[in-house]
Amino acid sequence: MPVKLPHVEYEVPATVAEAVDLLAEHQDEASVLAGGQSLIPLMALRLARPAVLIDINGLGEMSGVSVSDGRVSIGAMTREYVAEESETVADAVPLLAAALPLIGHEAIRSRGTIGGSLAHADPAAELPAVALALDAELVVRSRAGDRVVPAAQWFEGYLATSRRPDEILVEVRFPAAGPGTGAAFQEVARRHGDFAIVGLAASLTLADGAISDARLAFAGLGDVPVRAADAEALLVGEEPSAELFEEAARRATDGIDPPADLNGSPEYRKKVAATLVRRGLRAAADSARHNSARHNSARHNSARHNSAHAHERP
Amino acid sequence: MDITVSVNGAARAASVEARKTLADFLREDLDLTGTHVGCEHGVCGACTVIVDGRAVRSCLMLAVQAAGSEVTTIEGLAPDGALGPLQQAMRDSHSFQCGFCTPGFVMQASAFLRAHPDAGEQEIREALSGNICRCTGYQSIIDGVLLAARRSREG
Ligand SMILES: Cc1cc2nc3c(=O)[nH]c(=O)nc-3n(C[C@H](O)[C@H](O)[C@H](O)COP(=O)(O)OP(=O)(O)OC[C@H]3O[C@@H](n4cnc5c(N)ncnc54)[C@H](O)[C@@H]3O)c2cc1C
Ligand code: FES
Ligand code: FES
Repeated sequence: MPVKLPHVEYEVPATVAEAVDLLAEHQDEASVLAGGQSLIPLMALRLARPAVLIDINGLGEMSGVSVSDGRVSIGAMTREYVAEESETVADAVPLLAAALPLIGHEAIRSRGTIGGSLAHADPAAELPAVALALDAELVVRSRAGDRVVPAAQWFEGYLATSRRPDEILVEVRFPAAGPGTGAAFQEVARRHGDFAIVGLAASLTLADGAISDARLAFAGLGDVPVRAADAEALLVGEEPSAELFEEAARRATDGIDPPADLNGSPEYRKKVAATLVRRGLRAAADSARHNSARHNSARHNSARHNSAHAHERP
Repeated sequence: MDITVSVNGAARAASVEARKTLADFLREDLDLTGTHVGCEHGVCGACTVIVDGRAVRSCLMLAVQAAGSEVTTIEGLAPDGALGPLQQAMRDSHSFQCGFCTPGFVMQASAFLRAHPDAGEQEIREALSGNICRCTGYQSIIDGVLLAARRSREG
């Protein structure tokens, strides 16, 4: 049962440097407070008992979406609804754009942040699977400087990441999608907005009708998001077809051993996972075709795609 | 900590502990008990209020975090006692029974309709999917919000 929040020290750093100093001082006695949509429930349930909260909501320098050198950088404090409304995200990170509306409910996304979801690392959450599928890079900062962690090395276990206690997540970088990329996030949940029982992040890039890049990662199949590398390898170089997607679904789910809980048995989850691969690939291929067509017709007058820098702030 | 928050258009100053949620601050310090508290961990939506134009869970926000913000609660929708148009449409549709969930649904629907005045039934259902009602079976709530949307379109 949740109860009132326990006594806690409360710090409001004015700069990221101050936040880093506070983390250096308090180490794992402190929790960074971003949107609070996971941390405050954990405190109410006494599953987290930080002695100090370091509130980063006022750190404007940690929020915003920017593009440079083929990478989209999103500040850790960028709220989920802001990323959801960002045209840069919609254009350049379509998989993230597909996943964001599925997170919780509107009122949760009003406060929840991109960095908070990735730092919290719930294995059933959407954004960890997206980050893993796209080989995102997480930038953490401590007094020792910045460290860039590939998503494949970020998720270590249930609600556990390779962030060290004195590090703050400042930014996450996604590769900007090339032309002909289509993406879909598919999930099965009890209700719209609930955590996924199984979720799938799928992204395909088409070049001259064949798949040149394929990315698949599951949420909800274990303690960390799971990449389906065998299925990705199968897809690259082939033309999209129902038979190909059927085989990809088999490869993606052959070796998995999903957990049992109230929401479903391992067999059920495996079956759902295979269905999501078929559906996700079909949807991603459709959107890739659509985007290639749009790109070709816009090729001559598209200043937007060539601009090296674009910046959005909430 | 000393904070000043604008609540339903009036500046309210108070001294609060950091651990106090915005929901408890509204109810206990400001006596605005229209905001209901159900689950206290973000799941039921009864505590939904509008902060700087967006619906939020007031049980998942600290009062100190609302310093300098504009908060609207259910009391703010009917400042002189007359029901607002959304409230009237929900009343006309018999949207509620016991009323526990009511302030949360009304605040969420109010924020949603302001941003999406042309929303249809499916979008309204999705927008309200984070609010729980143990009485109505939801249909009458959806009907009320749809009626409000239609009345505002028809002027
Ligand atoms: C009813 C409900 C339904 C939800 N449904 C979903 C869902 O379907 N899918 C989903 O993905 N999520 C869901 N969520 C969770 C939501 O997305 C959270 O917003 C998100 O998981 C955490 O983001 P936050 O900014 O709120 O982080 P917080 O709650 O502030 O923090 C979460 C954790 O990350 C740490 N942290 C946060 N930011 C940083 C940083 N910059 N550096 C270092 N550490 C940091 C905190 O210390 C804490 O341990 C739901 C939440 C609720 C209440
Ligand atoms: S009391 Fe806040 S969501 Fe239930
Ligand atoms: S009317 Fe009773 S909980 Fe909704």
